Amino acid sequence: MNAKPPINTRPRVAVHKFASCDGCQLAFLNGGEALLTLAGLVDIVHFAEAGVVNPEAEADIAFVEGSISAAKDIQRIQDIRARSRYVITIGACATAGGLQALRNISDSGGWLGAVYAEPEYLDSLDTSTPIASHIKVDMELWGCPVNGRQVLGAVRSLLSGVAPIDEQDKLCLECKRHGNVCTLVAGGAACLGPVTRTGCGALCPSFGRDCYGCYGPAENTNTEALGRRLEGLGLVPEAVAQRFLFINSGAPAFRAAGLKWKGGTHD
Amino acid sequence: MTDRRDAHIHVPVLARVEGEGALELDLRDGRIDTLRLRIYEPPRLFEKFLEGRDFREVPDMVARICGICPVAYQMSAVQALESVFGVDPGPWVRRMRRVMYCGEWVQSHALHIHLLAAPDFLGFDSAVAMAAKYPDEVRRGMQLQALGNRLIALLGGRSVHPIGTRVGGFHHAPAVSAVEALLPDLREGIDQAEALVRWCAGLPLPDDDQEFVSVALRHDSEYPMNNGRLVSDDGLDIPIAEFAQHFREHQVPHSTALHATLNGQPYLVGPLARLNLNADRLPQSTGALLTDLPVRFPSHNMFHSALARAVEIHAALVEALALLQDYRPDVPGEEVTPRAGTGYGCTEAPRGILWHHYDVDDAGHIAQATIVPPTSQNQGRIEEDLRLSLEAFGLAHPDDELRKRGEMVIRNYDPCISCSTHFLRLQVRRT
Repeated sequence: MNAKPPINTRPRVAVHKFASCDGCQLAFLNGGEALLTLAGLVDIVHFAEAGVVNPEAEADIAFVEGSISAAKDIQRIQDIRARSRYVITIGACATAGGLQALRNISDSGGWLGAVYAEPEYLDSLDTSTPIASHIKVDMELWGCPVNGRQVLGAVRSLLSGVAPIDEQDKLCLECKRHGNVCTLVAGGAACLGPVTRTGCGALCPSFGRDCYGCYGPAENTNTEALGRRLEGLGLVPEAVAQRFLFINSGAPAFRAAGLKWKGGTHD
Repeated sequence: MTDRRDAHIHVPVLARVEGEGALELDLRDGRIDTLRLRIYEPPRLFEKFLEGRDFREVPDMVARICGICPVAYQMSAVQALESVFGVDPGPWVRRMRRVMYCGEWVQSHALHIHLLAAPDFLGFDSAVAMAAKYPDEVRRGMQLQALGNRLIALLGGRSVHPIGTRVGGFHHAPAVSAVEALLPDLREGIDQAEALVRWCAGLPLPDDDQEFVSVALRHDSEYPMNNGRLVSDDGLDIPIAEFAQHFREHQVPHSTALHATLNGQPYLVGPLARLNLNADRLPQSTGALLTDLPVRFPSHNMFHSALARAVEIHAALVEALALLQDYRPDVPGEEVTPRAGTGYGCTEAPRGILWHHYDVDDAGHIAQATIVPPTSQNQGRIEEDLRLSLEAFGLAHPDDELRKRGEMVIRNYDPCISCSTHFLRLQVRRT
C-alpha cells in the first residue's frame, strides 16, 4: 500500500464484522496487555464484540473481518469505505471469501437459490466474496486466523507513518529457518508450503504435518508444478483439487489451480 | 401512565456478543407484544461444504465454524469419526484432549466474564472502560485467558483454529520442557481462579429464579467434557446417538439459526446447566471452594452463569495441572483406516453440548453431516428468559433501562452467534 501522511494524535480505529467465525477479532481480544496499550494509543470507535458500538463512526483505520455473503452487506461495506481513511481486511474471509467461498464453485450451484424450508426469511447471496471485490482495500492481512503480531504490527506501522510490510514470501522459507524436516520432500505429505504465504510461524510443519494453505497464496506461486508433485505423491486429481479449494478457495491463484484439477482439464 | 404504554425497543447491533444479533421488543398496552432475539448473521452452510471431503480435512474445516470454540468443534468431530472407524486413540490422547479442552474452557470463560459480561454487572460499556477502575481484576482475567490459550497452543500450535488435532489423535506430542514451562503458571492460575470465583460470587447479580430444564453430558467419574451420556434434570438419560430422537430443530422467521426443543420445550445448555447436573463431579478442591460460597448449585438464577463459568475455570485448571504434572510424551495417536458408517460425537463446548453426526463412505469421504451447536439450542430459552426477566424487572422502566436489562439477559448466555448460524439446513424440494 502507499503510505499516506502519518495519522494524527489519537487516531480512530474501528473493527467491523461480516460473515466470519469471529476468530480474527481475537487477534485483538486475546492481546491482553497489548489490547490495553492499544486502547491507550487510539480511540476505538466501533468494535461491537469489545462493547463499543457505533457502526456509523468515521475512522482512520477500519479493520474488516468477514466476507460479503448478504445483499445488505454490500451497502454496509461501501458506507464503511466512505467513512474510513484506511481499510484493512483481516483474515481469509475478508481477503479471499473464506471457507464459505466454497459455495461459489459448488457443483450443486445455487444451493442458496434452491428451495429452502422458508426461503423468504433469508438474505443470503449465492456467493461469498472478499471485501476487495466491492471496495478499494488499502491492505490485506492474510491468515485463517490472523494473529496479534500481524494486526498490532499494522497499527504500529501506520501510527509511525510507514506502510506495513506485506509478507508475501513462501512458507518454505520460514519453515527452513525453523529447521523443520520437510514434510513434502522427506515425509511425502501433500504440503502446500511451496505456494502458501508466510506469517503463521510454519506451525503445521513444526508439528510434523503438511501445510494446508490457511494463509493463502504467496507471491508468484507455481501451483502448476506443485499440483503435479502432489499427483506424483499419489493424489488423484480430485484430491489435488481439494488441496487448493479449501480455506482460501476464493484466492485467484488457488481457485484457478483447484478448478483446473477438478475439471480434469489438466494435461 | 407509563405502565400502560406502547413502546418499540430495538437494539440493532448487540454489543459484547460473538456474531451479529439484535433484540426486538414491542410493548402494547403495557404488555410484551413481541419479543425476538433476531439473529441475522448470514448462514455459512458448513454442513454442505463437508459433503465429499476427506475425513482428514474435517477437524480443520469444522474449526472454522467458530473462532472462540474451535477445539469443541474438533473434539466432537474426531469423536464421531473415530467411532465410525472403530479407532480408540488410547489413554494418552484422551488425557491430552482433555487438557486442550480445559484450555478452551479457561480462555472462553475468562474472555466472557471479563470482556463481555462483567461490564454489565459493574456499570461499564466495555472492559477497557472497566479496566480504569478495576485494573487488577481485568488484568487477572486477561492472564487467565492467556493461560487458557497457552494450554490450547501446547497441543494445537495456536489457540484459534489449532492445527494439532487429527482423527486418531494428535499430529505431535509436546516436549517435556514445554509442559514444564507451563506448570508454575498453572499453579498460579489456580490461585487466580479461586480469587475470581470469590469475586464473581460477590458481584451484584440480579436475583431472579426461573423454571427451566438443564441439559448436559454426564460421565461416570469426571466433570463432563469429552464424553458422557446426555442427561437433564427432567429425567432424560440417553446415549448421544439418540439425540435426534428427543431433540427437535425448527426454523423461525427471525433467525438464521435453527431453534431447538426437548419434548416441545426450550432448555438450557452451558456452564450453569453443566454445574447444576454435575456439581458432584467437580475436582475435590473446586468442590470444597463451592461449599464456601454463599450460592448453592443447582441454581435456577440464570445470572449465576457468570459464577458457574468462574467455577469451571478453576476446575479446568485443577484438571489440567493434574493431567500434566507427571507428563511424558507418547505416540500421539493411532493410524486410521476409513470404512463406511455412521458416527455421533457430543462434547461440552464452553457454551454447552455440541452434537455432530456424520455418514461416511468406505473411502472416508463425508456423505452427510449434521451439526447442532449450543447457541442455537439456547435461543428458545433466551427468548423465554427475556420475557420472564423483563416482566420481573418491570415493563414500566424507561426504554433505555429495558434495553440494558434485555442485553444483559442475552449476554449472560454468552451466545456465539457466529457458530449458531452456520447450520441452516437446506431442504431442497425436487419435483
